[in-house]
Amino acid sequence: MAFISRGFKGRRSSAADSSRLPPGQYLATGFPVLSAGPTPHTPLEKWSFTITGEVDQDRTWTWAEFQALPAEDITADIHCVTKWSKLGTRWTGVPVSALLEGVESAADYVTAFSDGGYTTNLPLEDLVDGKAWVAFRYDGQPLDPEHGGPARLLVPHLYLWKSAKWVRGLRLTLDDRPGFWESNGYNMYGDPWREQRYWGD
Amino acid sequence: MKQSDLKLDGNAIAGVLGEIFAVEMTVAEGTCAGCGNVAPMGAVDVYVNAPGIVVRCSACTQVLMTIVRGRDRTWLDLSGVRRLELRS
Ligand SMILES: [Zn+2]
Repeated sequence: MAFISRGFKGRRSSAADSSRLPPGQYLATGFPVLSAGPTPHTPLEKWSFTITGEVDQDRTWTWAEFQALPAEDITADIHCVTKWSKLGTRWTGVPVSALLEGVESAADYVTAFSDGGYTTNLPLEDLVDGKAWVAFRYDGQPLDPEHGGPARLLVPHLYLWKSAKWVRGLRLTLDDRPGFWESNGYNMYGDPWREQRYWGD
Repeated sequence: MKQSDLKLDGNAIAGVLGEIFAVEMTVAEGTCAGCGNVAPMGAVDVYVNAPGIVVRCSACTQVLMTIVRGRDRTWLDLSGVRRLELRS
């Protein structure tokens, strides 16, 4: 993925920046906070992450078990459907493929589910092979609740509503089931480079 | 195409729908489909820094309504509102 650059080294020239901006997007200053509801504050001792749905058996990690999984540093450009983009954001997270290791499933799709009831749907193949993480650090600090902490999904190649904040698990499904925004006009896939914002895009 | 005398198509309610949704909606009372709380639409919790507008029940936080404005379309989901009482 051209827009996931490992080893990002400070500011690029504005020409390079504009080539990294999908159609219809502008460069944000700061990190805008988007929220569709009250910010959950789940204590870490009550937090868990679960793989469920069309699987041979459910997998669940406590926060301590999740923290013991191999994590990666990620540098990625992120694109919000409300039209701001932010380049070279730095995260630490567990690759979703590590969470799916050993899971037997015939599923092709996933619904990510979060504290507060938010859901979003993605093809399973968009979550593996170094394309998605469950991120718990941003810019070297624990992920702030307003940005989705303690942990959020990070799928930088799709619009940011797919990167579910406060994520608590993945439900594997045989068919593509619309999540919260996808039920109400937003695109089932959400590729920013093809400007797939709404139904029919 | 043969149509029953009693069954009309949606054009028949164009007038009444226009009347209903032209009223002052902030004083309309909505009943939450989740907890049954009744409150004027002006007293709900609204989140606008999001891909769409999300309206929540101030008693139980359940979603009452979402409004998504696309380029040439608006999607209005009222599934969290069991009933609206409108004042004429
Ligand atoms: Zn309620």
